[in-house]
Amino acid sequence: MPNHTFILNGKRVTVDVEDDVRLLWVLRDVLGVRGPKYGCGLGVCQACTSHINGKAFNPCRTPVSSLRSSDRITTIEGLPERVGKDLHPMQEAWLDVDVAQCGYCQPGQIMAAVALVEEVHAKGRKVNDADLDKIRNVCRCGTYPRIREAIKQGEARMPGPKKKKAVKHTS
Amino acid sequence: MTDLGNRRPGAAGEADGLVPSEEAPGGISRRRMIGYLLAAPTLVAAARFGADPAEAAVPSLGPTDLADLSDILTAAAAPTFGLLKITVDSAGVAHFALPRAEVGQGITTAVTMVIADEMDLPIDKVKVTLADATPELQFNQLTGGSNTMHALYTPIRTAAATARGQLRATAADELSVPAALLRAADGVFTTPDGRTATYGSLAEKAAVRSTRTVKTQLKSAASLRYVGTEQKRIDARASVTGTKEFAMDLDVPNALPTMVCRPPKINGKALAILNAPDVKAMPGVTDVVIVPHNQFTPGGVAVRAKTFGQCFDAVRALNVKWGGGTVDDKSSASVLADLKKSEIPLTPALPGTTIDETFIFNFRPGDALEPNCAVADVRKDRAEIWSSLKSPIWAKQQIALALGLAPEKVAVHVVEGGGSFGRHLFCDAAFEAASISQKMGKPVRLMWHRTDNFRQGRSHPMAISRVRMTRQGSNVIAVDQRHTGVACDFTQGLGDIFTSLDTSQPGQNFLQFSETVFTFTANVPYQFGAVSQLLNEIYTFNTFNTSSVRNVYSPDVATSTELMVDRVAKDIGKDALQFRLDNAKDDRMKAVMRTVAQAGNWGRTMEAGTAQGIAIHSEYKGRSACLVEIDCRPQTVNRKIREAYTGPRVTKVTYAVDVGLPINILGLKAQIMGGAMDGIAQALTYGLHLEKGSFLEGSWDDAHYTRQWNTPPEVNVIVMPPTTGEPGGAGEFGVGTTMAAVACAYYRATGKFPTEFPINQHEPLTFEPFPTVPPIPASPVDGLGRAGIKRPRKKTTKKKTTHKAG
Repeated sequence: MPNHTFILNGKRVTVDVEDDVRLLWVLRDVLGVRGPKYGCGLGVCQACTSHINGKAFNPCRTPVSSLRSSDRITTIEGLPERVGKDLHPMQEAWLDVDVAQCGYCQPGQIMAAVALVEEVHAKGRKVNDADLDKIRNVCRCGTYPRIREAIKQGEARMPGPKKKKAVKHTS
Repeated sequence: MTDLGNRRPGAAGEADGLVPSEEAPGGISRRRMIGYLLAAPTLVAAARFGADPAEAAVPSLGPTDLADLSDILTAAAAPTFGLLKITVDSAGVAHFALPRAEVGQGITTAVTMVIADEMDLPIDKVKVTLADATPELQFNQLTGGSNTMHALYTPIRTAAATARGQLRATAADELSVPAALLRAADGVFTTPDGRTATYGSLAEKAAVRSTRTVKTQLKSAASLRYVGTEQKRIDARASVTGTKEFAMDLDVPNALPTMVCRPPKINGKALAILNAPDVKAMPGVTDVVIVPHNQFTPGGVAVRAKTFGQCFDAVRALNVKWGGGTVDDKSSASVLADLKKSEIPLTPALPGTTIDETFIFNFRPGDALEPNCAVADVRKDRAEIWSSLKSPIWAKQQIALALGLAPEKVAVHVVEGGGSFGRHLFCDAAFEAASISQKMGKPVRLMWHRTDNFRQGRSHPMAISRVRMTRQGSNVIAVDQRHTGVACDFTQGLGDIFTSLDTSQPGQNFLQFSETVFTFTANVPYQFGAVSQLLNEIYTFNTFNTSSVRNVYSPDVATSTELMVDRVAKDIGKDALQFRLDNAKDDRMKAVMRTVAQAGNWGRTMEAGTAQGIAIHSEYKGRSACLVEIDCRPQTVNRKIREAYTGPRVTKVTYAVDVGLPINILGLKAQIMGGAMDGIAQALTYGLHLEKGSFLEGSWDDAHYTRQWNTPPEVNVIVMPPTTGEPGGAGEFGVGTTMAAVACAYYRATGKFPTEFPINQHEPLTFEPFPTVPPIPASPVDGLGRAGIKRPRKKTTKKKTTHKAG
């Protein structure tokens, strides 16, 4: 079987598994990393949402062979390390708002929330209601209103929007 | 009404009393109770219910003795309340194995609060776990009907108070002071001169060598520190760090991923595998076996492999010869026709003006986000099973029977569930995993594919509800409701409770179970004269795979009647709120209505195409009112979000709930909020389409449960102050009231009176249905695209396996 190498939560890992096995199963069944959850296997429910090189993606629809050895994969387990603390500010906000009920979707929700805030901030603005409306993660317990509140609180604890460079006018 | 949960022990003159004296007399909950001290190396205390042995027998109760479903479930559980034990260890931690399933509803947190309060312990010194299936608990290990806190509040307090009393007596001995002078706080007793003894240091000394009964006294309501406050969930940190363990996260040696290839039609049977050698030769695959269909599991062909990804591939590659299912020729339209033929006739109309409408409630999905799953390790002489089970005793007994093992050889562990909503009353996954493990002779980690959950899982039974309201002038003098549904399956555990309590007569197709639930939940919360609500159900209990889905009858019954109330109010020219206030049955109901009306600004001027709607509902010993605002303007309805159904948007929910005695305000608000999200979905978007024996929906983008684009930006849940001193139910309470309020708001916003739910049922499908063969879709391969990464696909090493439709 072929080997696949990538960086998982800060550590280089090599796995021996068929090319087309989706990363979710490499994480859960081969490496025992069980924070990312299965909810559909179609990239619909977003329960497996993790980050690749700092951006959100769905391991359930990513063949392991599409990864490169330099790719940095972050699951919920590795999220706090990105800020060098026990908890990422978004996780702290989640606790303050007491978002979770059954908890099954919450790792994916938090990973999606962090990526959303970072993406929006990179565009130089803050998260708005239209951004929140586009979040696709399913929560069957219906914690949606608290997720919206927690994202706003978590955003406030994260570095703010990138300042847009002033456009120089030359005359 | 008989409420065994609150019956005071009648026998006086029991053994040495342990009546604490630190509390002032008075207070609704400050009752004298009798507890047990159990012989053990450390302090173990339990509640005692029923003063003489005769009362420990399962009581025989008729409908007139009982007020609602909560009373039935509590009465059934009561005889074994004495088996609920609290153990204190030498670290001063109180342990309690809760005989209920935690599936997100927050009962572990609420029970922790109750024990901490009664024992003067901090929250972190109470450890609540889920009990394994324990047959001696009889009917006291079933999680359903939003009944957990109603049933267990007093017995758990009694056990805790008994433990506290014994610790106090022991501390008094140790510190040589009268017990009454000891002050208890945070697990430490302190004497007036400042000497201390921790619970941990007393735990072994407080143990008794022979079991005995003691009198004890519950704390006064005023002295409770946690109950009635906002407490965060005890498992919140595990949830946000991804360390909370669900069944599929457990490390059970050699329990490899296992899935089942399902039939193309509901309940079809696998007759033969036509390409077993090919599939067995696929990468990672270890086993391929037929799982027979039976009443507990749909079955099909099971495959076990190194990863679930390889199970997906094997399931898709299987070529199976399928036999017929149970509903091959049925579609939503034909089921509707069957329902209409089976309606119980209305009683002759009284003189007056009548309105008469029939409402249609389509099948709706019943599954949680965590798919059906279970881990099973079945050996020749024993078995061990892990799953989220709300009826674990029943599961243990039936699984043992199927495996040919004695029940005591089958250990059934209840794992925290990733949601349930009624689904885990059924042990399909545990049953199926056990059968597969036995057949393969290996441990298995069984998971259902999402598409199977939608198509072969359990759905909320399709139903019609006919309502006729008769009025004379502005007074409604009669309400007739005929609810006719596809049979709802209550055979797994819940039905045994009803049989044991003799609330019904045995009959064919178990309609008596459904009638029991209907009779004890359906009600019209108004003074509307002669009310007649009757249920009929068609087909057998397992023609379709059904279950109560947060919850069975109440949302549909409430939505039908509340829409008619709006119609009557409109016909007589009265304000919808005022008409409800004029006719509501009691003051608790009027109080929640006035609360939402004020907080939600009832009657404010709204733009055309938007409106408010109000509805009320009474169940679970509680009262609730919901006021919603909806936006049905074209620019909102036609919002474009990819692969989404947007539709009308509920923009604001104001909900007031009176549960009698709220335990955890934060947990209660969460439950109501979640119920409201269900109510919105059930009213507007969340339905299934049955076509020739198969549901078309196969993913969360097909069946439209509430998503963020449907979520109200404003949700305000108001918890009313305690009214009865007894906790009611919360888990399902938010659903029906919100569903009804949304339907009423839609009527007011659009002028269209909705008679079929979800309201979008006959709009064009937003999706292309997946094929039924193979039964599950392939996982896409473009996951990096979302992160903006485009890479050419490498050639895979996968061996080609051709697939033929079977």
